[in-house]
Amino acid sequence: MTFKQRSVLPGFGLSLGYTLLYLSLLVLIPLSMLFFKAGALGWEHFWSAVTNPRAVASYKLSLGASLIASLINVVFGLLVAWVLVRYPFPGRSLVDAVVDLPFALPTAVGGIALTTVYAENGWIGHYLAKYGIKSAYSPLGIVIALTFIGLPFVVRTVQPVLQELDVQVEEAASTLGANRWQIFRRVIFPHILPAVLTGFTLAFARAIGEYGSVVFISGNMPMKTEITPLLIITKLEQYDYAGATGIAAVMLILSFGLLLMINGLQYWSAKRYSAA
Amino acid sequence: MSDSSTFMELPRITTLPGTSREVTGENPTAASTAADAIVPAPAARSRATTEPAVVRWLLICLALAFLVLFLLVPVAIVFIEAFKKGWQVYKESITDPDALAAIKLTLLTASIAVPLNLVFGIAAAWAIAKFNFLGKSVLITLIDLPFAVSPVISGLIFVLLFGARGLFGHWLDAHDIKIIFAVPGIVLATTFVTFPFVARELISFMQAQGSEEEEAALVLGASGWQTFWRVTLPNIKWPLLYGVILCNARAMGEFGAVSVVSGHVRGETNTIPLHVEILYNDYNFEAAFAVASLLACLAIITLLAKAIVERKTHRLLLEGQTVGEPGTLAPVPVARH
Repeated sequence: MTFKQRSVLPGFGLSLGYTLLYLSLLVLIPLSMLFFKAGALGWEHFWSAVTNPRAVASYKLSLGASLIASLINVVFGLLVAWVLVRYPFPGRSLVDAVVDLPFALPTAVGGIALTTVYAENGWIGHYLAKYGIKSAYSPLGIVIALTFIGLPFVVRTVQPVLQELDVQVEEAASTLGANRWQIFRRVIFPHILPAVLTGFTLAFARAIGEYGSVVFISGNMPMKTEITPLLIITKLEQYDYAGATGIAAVMLILSFGLLLMINGLQYWSAKRYSAA
Repeated sequence: MSDSSTFMELPRITTLPGTSREVTGENPTAASTAADAIVPAPAARSRATTEPAVVRWLLICLALAFLVLFLLVPVAIVFIEAFKKGWQVYKESITDPDALAAIKLTLLTASIAVPLNLVFGIAAAWAIAKFNFLGKSVLITLIDLPFAVSPVISGLIFVLLFGARGLFGHWLDAHDIKIIFAVPGIVLATTFVTFPFVARELISFMQAQGSEEEEAALVLGASGWQTFWRVTLPNIKWPLLYGVILCNARAMGEFGAVSVVSGHVRGETNTIPLHVEILYNDYNFEAAFAVASLLACLAIITLLAKAIVERKTHRLLLEGQTVGEPGTLAPVPVARH
């Protein structure tokens, strides 16, 4: 195969050349700097930077909170997508537009708003406080913030797939004697599973790197409520460039792994849905 | 399925190119109603294919309760807190010199980052959607990279390049150029995090549209630039606008990346979100929420504009598909799914 197929359209060299130049200057070269710097640390230095107890505690917290938040989003995202696609109710298109709010609202604004709502004297926080549940300034607060920013991912990946599911499939299942729950579990859910998984992974990937909405609500106690992105900033402010770079490299590798997984999932769902 | 459709920010509900064509072929009325509403109204279902009314309403209420609790309450609180001490305090907070400086810097940053990414987006979409070449899907993935990177790391990489101890630190210092803890760093970091927005909107739209119209124009004797200005640009104006809206919203609201490179000098290197943070950490809550309410308004405008433009784009795609059957002159370069 040759590099490029013939075409009558002009401008291939110019547009691709500019694309590659701009991409390299702004994204690829700066990103590779991080690995270059991390590599320059030397293995032992790198290893001690990324495995010190404070860093490990932050990985555990970031991964754990992101996992819980993404699972909450799978359940409620699926519910919201289901309701939006299947049930007519007044104000449906408004609700549909509102789902994107966490994308449009700057994370810092979301952060201070959630903190105010869930603080001990806040609208929702004081109900929780009555039952002895501390929401803001605790790991629970982090989960709340990450749920907020991750919600649209699951809704927006599941919604179109649910939309296109043929009603005849359900009719067939029904005539064969399946009840609603069986139809959902054995017919609908397997169909939307790739989309659900994609949405979950997208939400999870976003949650791991999130900073703005979490810093306000988390309380930022080292070893307790300090997420990994915050630890990177702390190290940077202490001029511990080596520490910041090492931890950032670990995060970046994780993000790239997730990116590969998302591409794989999308490939799988593309195959699944074009075959159906 | 276009590879770029849903990575990170704002996956969109447009029907996938291949499938919507099938819909148009089978049932033109269904397609035209779909064009009027982005989310077509749920079709009436028989008893065998929907749940009992009690279950339906229970699920609707549960979903709405979740959305109100997690989305609407936080937005409402922004405005309530902002006006808690009245209009006067609100006005003073947003006309404070430091706040005005932050607003100015945010506008300046967006006005550099957005056009840069706009030009890039058009170039990338032209190369990717109109031509078939080796490594195309790798290129699409690379364009999405900034979405996969934590905002904090997006800032950090520029500190590693241009910071005092960075690769170019000494050289910049010797020439008395300041990038980190100054405006250029903020612009760079913002451009990085908003990099994919315009490109990915245009790529998926232009791939779905194909290039028959451009081919026709060229055959009729138009030059390359004429074809672009008179045929392509009018066709892509809505998705282009959509990409710009998203890009702009993120550029104005970015917090993490900018926070790393800014240095937080009041009145000098503070953008609106950073100013909100400083006010909030000073326990000046009314002012923090007053300034934050500006960003919340931006978010609401963004959502509105998004809904309008989405509707236009969707209609455009459906129209294009009924007209543009491949009576092609040359082998269609774009892989049709």
